[in-house]
Amino acid sequence: MAVAERYVGKPVLRKEDPEMLAGQARFTENLSAPGMVWMSVVRSPFAHARVGAIDTSAAEGMDGVVAVFTAADLESEWGGPLPFVWPITEDIKVPVHWPLTKDKARFQGDGVAVVVAETRGQAEDAAEAVKVDWEPLDAVLDLEEAAKDGVVVHEDLGTNVVVHWSHGGGGDQSLFDTADVIVKERYLGPRLIPNAIEPRACLAQSVPAMGEFTLITTTQIPHIARVTLGGTCNIPESKLRIIAPDVGGGFGSKLNVYAEEALVLALARRLQRPVKWVETRSENYLATIHGRGVLHDVEVAATNEGKILGFRVKELADMGAYYQLLTPGIPELGGWVYMGPYDVQAYWYEFTGIVTNATPTDAYRGAGRPEATYVLERAVDALARRIGKDPAEVRRMSLMAPFAEAKTSIMGLNLDSGNYPAAFERALELAGYEELRKEQRARRESGDGRQLGIGISSYIEMCGLAPSNILGALRYAAGGWDACAVQCLPDGKVVLKIGTSPHGQGHVTTWAQIASDTLGVTPDDVEVLHGDTSVAPLGMDTYGSRSVSVGATALHLALEKIKDKARVLAAHELEVAEDDLEFEAGSFHVKGAPDRARTIMDLAVSAWHAHALPAGFEPNLEATAVWDPPNFTWPAGTHVCIVEVDTETGATDIQRYVAVDDCGVVINPMIVDGQVHGGVAQGIAEALFEEARYDEQGNLMTSSMTQYLIPAASEMPSFELDRTETPSTTNPLGVKGIGEAGTIASPPAVVNAVIDAVSHLGVTHIDKPASPERVWKAIQAATGGSGGSRSERGGASGSPPRASGGAS
Amino acid sequence: MIPAPFEYVRVGTVDDAIQALSDSGDAKILAGGHSLLPLMRLRLARPALLVDIGRIDALRYVREDGDHVAIGALTRHHDVANDDVLQRHCPIVPYAASLIGDPQVRHVGTIGGSISHSDPASDMPTVLVALGADLVVAGQGGATRTVPAGDFFKGLFEPDLATNEVLSEIRVPKTGDRGWSYVKFNRRAQDWALVGVAALAANGSGASVALTNMSDRPLRASGVEEALSGGADAAAAAERAAEGSSPPSDAFASGEYRRELAKVLVRRALEEANAR
Amino acid sequence: MTHVSVTVNGELREADVEPRTLLVYFLRESLGLTGTNVGCDTTSCGACTVHLDGESVKSCNVLAVQADGREVGTIEGMASNGEMHPLQDAFHRNHGLQCGYCTPGMLMAAASYLKENPDPTEEQVRESLEGNLCRCTGYHNIVKSILDAASQMSGARA
Repeated sequence: MAVAERYVGKPVLRKEDPEMLAGQARFTENLSAPGMVWMSVVRSPFAHARVGAIDTSAAEGMDGVVAVFTAADLESEWGGPLPFVWPITEDIKVPVHWPLTKDKARFQGDGVAVVVAETRGQAEDAAEAVKVDWEPLDAVLDLEEAAKDGVVVHEDLGTNVVVHWSHGGGGDQSLFDTADVIVKERYLGPRLIPNAIEPRACLAQSVPAMGEFTLITTTQIPHIARVTLGGTCNIPESKLRIIAPDVGGGFGSKLNVYAEEALVLALARRLQRPVKWVETRSENYLATIHGRGVLHDVEVAATNEGKILGFRVKELADMGAYYQLLTPGIPELGGWVYMGPYDVQAYWYEFTGIVTNATPTDAYRGAGRPEATYVLERAVDALARRIGKDPAEVRRMSLMAPFAEAKTSIMGLNLDSGNYPAAFERALELAGYEELRKEQRARRESGDGRQLGIGISSYIEMCGLAPSNILGALRYAAGGWDACAVQCLPDGKVVLKIGTSPHGQGHVTTWAQIASDTLGVTPDDVEVLHGDTSVAPLGMDTYGSRSVSVGATALHLALEKIKDKARVLAAHELEVAEDDLEFEAGSFHVKGAPDRARTIMDLAVSAWHAHALPAGFEPNLEATAVWDPPNFTWPAGTHVCIVEVDTETGATDIQRYVAVDDCGVVINPMIVDGQVHGGVAQGIAEALFEEARYDEQGNLMTSSMTQYLIPAASEMPSFELDRTETPSTTNPLGVKGIGEAGTIASPPAVVNAVIDAVSHLGVTHIDKPASPERVWKAIQAATGGSGGSRSERGGASGSPPRASGGAS
Repeated sequence: MIPAPFEYVRVGTVDDAIQALSDSGDAKILAGGHSLLPLMRLRLARPALLVDIGRIDALRYVREDGDHVAIGALTRHHDVANDDVLQRHCPIVPYAASLIGDPQVRHVGTIGGSISHSDPASDMPTVLVALGADLVVAGQGGATRTVPAGDFFKGLFEPDLATNEVLSEIRVPKTGDRGWSYVKFNRRAQDWALVGVAALAANGSGASVALTNMSDRPLRASGVEEALSGGADAAAAAERAAEGSSPPSDAFASGEYRRELAKVLVRRALEEANAR
Repeated sequence: MTHVSVTVNGELREADVEPRTLLVYFLRESLGLTGTNVGCDTTSCGACTVHLDGESVKSCNVLAVQADGREVGTIEGMASNGEMHPLQDAFHRNHGLQCGYCTPGMLMAAASYLKENPDPTEEQVRESLEGNLCRCTGYHNIVKSILDAASQMSGARA
């Protein structure tokens, strides 16, 4: 019988949880195959070095070693270099990127050889024994220095300045000369290491007689990996199956196609044995993409009263030593939101991409949009300080008015819908903004050693990637559609095969909720299959907060097709015209006669045995739909962070964190809140703790989890959340997406709060991460103390080798 | 990563451990392993032999001994942190133990292992130096020698231990009602101290102050102690906190910042110790 | 090779291992207990947390030979008689997990901590998790789950 209860909008507990809680998750590292061997990669210890002779003989003679291969040994395996799919301009210079480098290592961690052995330990031992004749070269890490081409990373390109992209501007550019107030600021966004807690891993198997390959891998993008790895490895897409089993977090770092994936495939073909590789964490810090790595110059034009008139932004972006899948596309993605939620009259954004001797950068949670939001929201606070106004007031007078229908924004794309003032006012109300300012004044007057800071960040995000025609115009190689197939089985259950590929987002539950409401079943009746290109062959995967707005819309359309098909069968069985039927909660009944009814799942049985179908009716109740969104979706919101800063030590303690987000219609509020929690925490980490630091030779100083400071529960506050709901006009579900919002909004809220706490002392700027030392130095510099001095004794002696998070 | 291959022997007595160490040219003692194994996993250490002393239960105790409390070297941080005798007679020691690493680390790591590692960023060595604790070292033929904590830490990862000696006991003086404080400043709870300060209030003898991570070994803040005995108050004395220090500049903080931090933290530690 | 016998989740398990075998790989590869995950190589992340003689330890930093003759508890042994442990149940009800990779370590760390302190405050729970990193949840719902489980468990005892 039909289930009347609706699931959409309810905090349905996750179907994903039981296996995870029982320790039965299917992570890639948990999987193995008979006859499997282990791969280990020999990596460059130097950031920049010519590769001389490689002596593999000692390694080859070691216990358990199956083979050792250098770049030259594997050249014949490749159909092309590693994939790069977003040549954003016509004249972009594209570094060639092979799975192993032959001539030069261009970053610390660049792979030059692989060892294959029977066990993990033997592979690691033998990799150490491969002797490489390195000729170290000067390395270049600093963006402005690299742009001078004193050291050129890719000689064949002739320059490190590989791409320049300009939005082209919108509105009245003369405002940047004529406005009452022009605030000019420079902000540095350090490199960040994504740190999905599951390191990468992959396992390749082949059926040599059939030329077939299966790659099980820690990826967000099995479908994109199939088409691109097929090219790199010379395997027809039809013969390559990619499986993303349970994936332990991604945050963009697994939105990529990596050398190791190509290598295990090639080695499985060469050796005719399954080949597995598991990344260590230290290796992850070198060999998996980094995020951010940007330097922004921003100008804000405004009236004397504080009405924001325009933003002009120029950015230098660190590409790293090579492009990975999307590298130069990341700043470009941000290039469409440098107006934020503000009603501006002038817009300008351009960036220059620069190659350096460091790990390639690529998408990291938010991808371009956190960079943009950080710059805007810092600059808005700087404007408020300049004109002596409350930063809330400046925002209030500059926010766009609410709009329920799509409208063209100054940057040239259509915003789907928005009510930015609603979230803004709600966030301030929830925070108790006026009371906080009173408390702040009191502490300032009493000279309290713990000063209060309040930081606001209002953001808009472009997600739901993406309309294929726009991607085409932006020179991205693929489309932005997604696909879903729904089958109603005769046993009353439903199978749903979808092209999105989650790694913690709870899709299985969310998609089951949507299907249940249409089909009149419960989420337990719905089996959601994903992440396997042989099971769900059509798809564009999970990134850019796209899964609900694109993937679930495809699901919705497939459900509508099923409904339409079922209606024909219901009319046939009930012997009435289709127009005489009403549909409710998974069931058709004759108007005025609710007893004369057929549920969709009843009809699935008839459609399956096919004993008495209407003429021309295809057996089985199933449908596939593909959705190409006509527009992006544009979530928005306002976050408020309240901190205490210890003015003697510079230490920051977050007292409260308030987030009000608008992600359109909410399918599962529990999961949406969880996405915000995680995103905010990642942004707080970016604001206060995390930074990938290299020394001048290009050695990664933050080379393990003991130096790269991921905060734990002990460093995090609880979060206070609320939502406003402005349905999207882009898709029939009204959904917008929530995966990245927290990470986009939070860094400037936190840094603004830290600066606000000590602004009365004269501090106007602190870079991310606002470490105690940076805060302390800013206070010293502002108050005339000695702390701003850079001439310190002792020099950088470096840390002793301290390898764990504790002591014995 | 996993460690490079090594031989392993588990011993039941200190004498057997010393014999095994003497017999091998390249052996390391394995107690809890929480300093050594991380280095071995990153292959920054690769001893040929590990001598596992972890089962020598005779080295696992805390007991009163006249005006001292004796702590067996294999006593885990967790047990030090929760020990009643220490809570009563020398509370700075269990408090500092509770700040080491994280709960999992404290469930395995031992006080003796931590001290033998002689890491200037570790908390316990600083506390022992401030206390004027004694360390008992066992050597060949049943010989033992006692080393004041102030002499034991000779430099970065350089304890006063021969390759065939084992730290067997830590003897800490009872502090009675003497005020104390250990202030640890770090970015994350699980991290080492950026700077740490152990302080014991004046009580008959002068006040005692020592610093974590301000040198290549735990550093006695002699300038501060001198100022205090000359009648300076906490704030004035703390101004001399960085005297004689040579703090590292590393990925976490500059030496300059550490010096200034030491002054603030010494003042706070003295204020807390005086108030306790 | 060295012979070890370890009681894992109440069952005596024996194997010959290289001395360098970490406890976590003994569990995962010799015994096939893949519920315990490895997230780092510096004893930082806590994903590999198991119980050794009833107390939480990071199994990536303990040698299998050190566990010889001792009792090890893993996530696979947490439920009993098909019933989820109150912590597992609380993580489910409070959305205390997303990708699930840190989850076994979080559960084992929390179970050990609640034995030491059955009625913790939020701040104490946060401190008790100083050695466990999660990248998905922001810890909010993990902390909530543990507090919920603590109150369920103390309710069950009362």
